[in-house]
Amino acid sequence: MNQPQTKESGIIKTVTYEVLRYEPAKDRAPRFEKYHVPVTKGMTVLDGLLWIKEHTDHTLSWRSSCRMGVCGSCGMFINGLPRLACNNQIVHLHSDRITIKPLPNYDIIRDLVPDLETLFEKHRAVKPYLIRKDKEEQSHPAGEYFQTEQELVSYIQFAYCIKCGLCLSACPTAGTSQNYMGPQSLTQGWRYALDSRDEGAAQREAEIFSEHGVYRCHFAGACSQVCPKGVDPALAIQLAKKDAFLRSFGRRKQRPTASVAPPVQNWVPKADIPKAPEPTVPQKNR
Amino acid sequence: MRESRLWSWHIISAVIILAFLGIHMIIMHMGAIWGALGTGSGHPVRSDEVFRRSQQLFFMITYILLLGAALFHGLYGLRSMLCELSLSRILEKAIGGLCAAAGCALFVYGSYVAVAVYRMGEMRP
Amino acid sequence: MQNRLKNRLGLWGWLGGGRYGVERYAYALHRLAGLGILAYFIMHIFVTGARANGPEQWERTMEFFQTPFFKAGEFLVFLAFAYHAINGIRLILVELAFMIGKPGLPAYPYSYSTLRQRPLLIATMVIAAVLMIIGGADLYLAIK
Repeated sequence: MNQPQTKESGIIKTVTYEVLRYEPAKDRAPRFEKYHVPVTKGMTVLDGLLWIKEHTDHTLSWRSSCRMGVCGSCGMFINGLPRLACNNQIVHLHSDRITIKPLPNYDIIRDLVPDLETLFEKHRAVKPYLIRKDKEEQSHPAGEYFQTEQELVSYIQFAYCIKCGLCLSACPTAGTSQNYMGPQSLTQGWRYALDSRDEGAAQREAEIFSEHGVYRCHFAGACSQVCPKGVDPALAIQLAKKDAFLRSFGRRKQRPTASVAPPVQNWVPKADIPKAPEPTVPQKNR
Repeated sequence: MRESRLWSWHIISAVIILAFLGIHMIIMHMGAIWGALGTGSGHPVRSDEVFRRSQQLFFMITYILLLGAALFHGLYGLRSMLCELSLSRILEKAIGGLCAAAGCALFVYGSYVAVAVYRMGEMRP
Repeated sequence: MQNRLKNRLGLWGWLGGGRYGVERYAYALHRLAGLGILAYFIMHIFVTGARANGPEQWERTMEFFQTPFFKAGEFLVFLAFAYHAINGIRLILVELAFMIGKPGLPAYPYSYSTLRQRPLLIATMVIAAVLMIIGGADLYLAIK
């Protein structure tokens, strides 16, 4: 588009978007299409796609939602790396040609929309929820768990995963193996093993330490390189391997499990605080 | 878990190989340098050198250890690579079995050679 | 369901597939070297088995392998061994969670395991290069 690059228009430059298109109803094979996008200050790759949809080609499809790097929807292969489109400014790519392809290692539904179902299946397979031996306590929690700051820091980094799927795109093993669990699910499985509130490590072992689990990781480190939230899945996987190695020589101590906080006894409310409304959910006696 | 044990042995065999193959390389692949420096003949592959080493107990035992460790390490690595190619479960199990069988067969042959050459030295007056 | 398009990188993904860090290529080279060493090793078991037939058979076998072609092949195998062994030391350390840091609270710009072990990677590459030079000197330069 020939918009003037004036101070008033705010346009710094014009870049060329080369987007891999695939419409299953029409195309047999994917094809590249070029668009010229004017760039203003602070414009992200996602903003550019929205501009194209608004002004040039309304048929271009992709997933996006929060536009601020927390929902994990807009993962795409941009200029040689899997990235979140909303998390990368066009000027920070240092190129006048922005090449966008759908995330590798996932089937393509259409244009830039990957089929992330395999990612979610593998995630479900590691049982990504707290498991307690006391089933009654798990279904009807009586109170909060005690956990120290140190215990929190040992796993909280891995809990920041937004399930964007960039790590599986980057992983070379996931490139050839459809059975490999992948950095995302292995990290989430190990996140629960590290969590002192969890007692279900034995239930996840069969998946995490299977022949398609952590041992098919060979530390290419690409997953940690592309993770937009600093989760560092490679670290979690190597910690899991170290733990299993030490356990096979019987040299691993069981970590203590977080206990449930007892109900507060003998408390008296301050006089000027109004009474709370009645609970709408059935309560156990505290 | 089975896979955990196999992988732990993969690491341990790597350390064993580092030690014994390191010695092997220092003898065989720096032999000419040792010769140029004055220590050693400079021809580690000559038959008198080879048979002198092969008929020492230390070398016989370490050859067999190195053979076992290297076969396990190499064939586990090969099986690991092949199992990352999206093959069916039956094929993966078959590859594992083949690697185990080939490893055992090669180990038996290699150990037989090591022991036979060692015993040649015992039988000489 | 309309036809989904397969988009797996496949074996080309082992060789590259993007602007990834050097560790990803180190991994591919490690595998290639390992395969080469395995192939050579299996042949080596049979070739050195010749010594079971006595010193004369051994000398004949060794003479067969003295041509420049086989000498170059031996040098290639030594290069593969040097790289695989030294990179392997790095992998043993890293895969047992040494030198990659501990979990913490991520703050942008993120520090992660791949970056933290990079000095170790550089050190191993230098050591491997030194070993390769020594091996080359032994095969081609040392006066016999």
